[in-house]
Amino acid sequence: MSQSDTRKVGKSIPVRVLSPEVSVAARLVRIWKERELLFFMVGRDLTVKYKNSILGFAWSLLNPALTVIIYDFVFQVALHNGMPDYAIYIMCGLVAWNFFFNSVLTACGSVVNNGGLIKKVSFSREILALSSMGTAAVFWFFQMIILVLALVIFHFTPQTPYLYVVPLALLALVLLTGALSIFFSAVNVYFRDMQHILEVLLMALFWASPVVYTWITVKKSLVHHHLTWIYLADPITPIILLMQRAFYGNPASGKATTPSIKVANLPTGTHYVADFSSIWYIKYFIAVICVSVVLIILALKLFGRLEGNFAEEL
Amino acid sequence: MVEYSVEIQELSKHFKLYKEKHTSLKERIIHGMKAPYEEFWALRDISISIKQGDTVGLLGHNGSGKSTLLRCIAGILQPTSGRVLLRGSVAALLELGAGFHPDLSGRDNIYLNASLLGLSKRDIDGRFEEIVEFSELSQFIDNQVKFYSSGMQARLGFAVAVNVDPDILLVDEVLAVGDENFQRKCIDRINLFQKAGKTIIFVTHAADSVRQICDKAFVLDHGRVVADGTPGEAIRTFREYMMASGQRSLLEPLDQSILQDEHGESETLGTGDVEIKEVILEYPKSEHGNHLLAGDPMNVRLRYYAAKALDDAVVGISIFADNDLFFSATSQGHEVEVGELNGDGEIIFAFESVPLLDGVYKMTFEVRGTQSGLVYAWREQVDQFEVVNPGRDMGVVAFPLNIKVVSTSRK
Repeated sequence: MSQSDTRKVGKSIPVRVLSPEVSVAARLVRIWKERELLFFMVGRDLTVKYKNSILGFAWSLLNPALTVIIYDFVFQVALHNGMPDYAIYIMCGLVAWNFFFNSVLTACGSVVNNGGLIKKVSFSREILALSSMGTAAVFWFFQMIILVLALVIFHFTPQTPYLYVVPLALLALVLLTGALSIFFSAVNVYFRDMQHILEVLLMALFWASPVVYTWITVKKSLVHHHLTWIYLADPITPIILLMQRAFYGNPASGKATTPSIKVANLPTGTHYVADFSSIWYIKYFIAVICVSVVLIILALKLFGRLEGNFAEEL
Repeated sequence: MVEYSVEIQELSKHFKLYKEKHTSLKERIIHGMKAPYEEFWALRDISISIKQGDTVGLLGHNGSGKSTLLRCIAGILQPTSGRVLLRGSVAALLELGAGFHPDLSGRDNIYLNASLLGLSKRDIDGRFEEIVEFSELSQFIDNQVKFYSSGMQARLGFAVAVNVDPDILLVDEVLAVGDENFQRKCIDRINLFQKAGKTIIFVTHAADSVRQICDKAFVLDHGRVVADGTPGEAIRTFREYMMASGQRSLLEPLDQSILQDEHGESETLGTGDVEIKEVILEYPKSEHGNHLLAGDPMNVRLRYYAAKALDDAVVGISIFADNDLFFSATSQGHEVEVGELNGDGEIIFAFESVPLLDGVYKMTFEVRGTQSGLVYAWREQVDQFEVVNPGRDMGVVAFPLNIKVVSTSRK
């Protein structure tokens, strides 16, 4: 219900046309006009989510913290992987992964769960998927703060050439997540079991990404079977690798970290992280960004075609 | 050139009615992509232009497509074909407080709801006090909405919606909420909108609200516009369609069909000494022929045949609406001598004026003997007449009324 601010000719009021065909550009313009609504929706989700729990907002941090503790216990204590400051290693990857996972999974249900709104109010329906992303972004932000605090406490210094690539990686992550969020939110209206299928797919994708294990551990067998390109074709993987390279990559020299197992004969500090150059990352992320933009356009087109029947299907 | 604020051009909306719906991927794979469905056109080639500043009613029975049309105008449903042109901002009141979240406070919900209706944060900040005041909920504004009564929620919803101040307001039968005091406020607010030259589209099946508020009305039936015109005319058409489609109007007595079936063709009860052959209604002032306007004169001509000479007859007429007696008179009461009835003849009831408002009214005629105590002829609620009220008065009786305002203060 945007107040159209198309240039006014004389005294006449701008005309808004409602018809079955709406261009992607028009959709984007409308979403942009309704950006304030997006913030209110994110605010609503955040307020509502923790309104009735004692710990409230702390849950958004407690949950990933417990995840880190569990993985730390399993891999350090039970499986003896012997990585120094393993918790920080997990956090680097998990922060990026959680954003992707929470966005796509909640966006998938967002249109169906807001059926009441869709039947009664006119607004850009994409806002629902985007607000799921917005909520995940808020959680991402708080987890980043925790990560930074942990880095400071444990004297980690970010690796400079890689640190500068992080924003590019995040941009790629956001665009890719956006395309998938919009896509699944619309498709789920027609295939209601999409959410369950997605949960399984995301779990598989999680283990296909080096969040809890290292690139080095899988590299050898990948190379051996010529499967490296498939593994790296998942754009989430290089994003996670970069996060690890930039933040975990080089434990501060002053710290006494003596890894019990040497994995490869690499210089100290980069034992466990991938050894791609920063230029490789930049090229990769630019490609991801280009593909994601195309995917977003396609997702919006599909969304527009399916959207016409949302109010009836819900 | 007339400025139209809403132009609907050849709008059609098509629904698929599934017998069994496959909503999951698993089911769709098992059953193939095809699910049995029936095509259903909720709207067919609707073209309506609504002038800026008009208040327009969309009348129709359930399933006529009126709500679908409103949703298409609001942009909630996408038309299958055709388009809607809108000049100016639109706010739709399809459900008060749509999007209210029970866990949020009244304050948060005002912001969320107003934002959904298209207001910017700055606008909401500016109107917040007014919204709270209008809703009369300032005490509870920081309570969670789940603790509000449904009336309170509706009040808050309406308060937000009317303060959005759109150019085009779409209203769907929401005025039936809240107490009388609040309803009056709503009507007042709608009147204010009208004075400010806003366009209002109002969907309802309550003919009275159309009469009270609208300048013009469209009647929808099976997805098509079947009538448009002044509220009075539209309401009449609406009523005819209601009857034609077998939906009983409240004005129709329920036992009418039974009555007709039982008594077959003669339609006359009684001893049979007098037969009421025909009842002819004449509306001397009405151009329409089949109905009269409130306050018009009416002649009722009752043609009879008396099988034998009767000299003690009294004739009577009664008028009913919904089986309630509105009027009853006899020749005896009017001190009119009927004289001897024998053979063919006619009794004329000449009403100088029928001071009734809208409705279909049934008549019962009676020819009775004063001495014999027999009912010679009795024709119950077979004949009817219809009154259409061209004005905006509501109720049952058309009191002739002039309103004057005389200022008595001295300058």
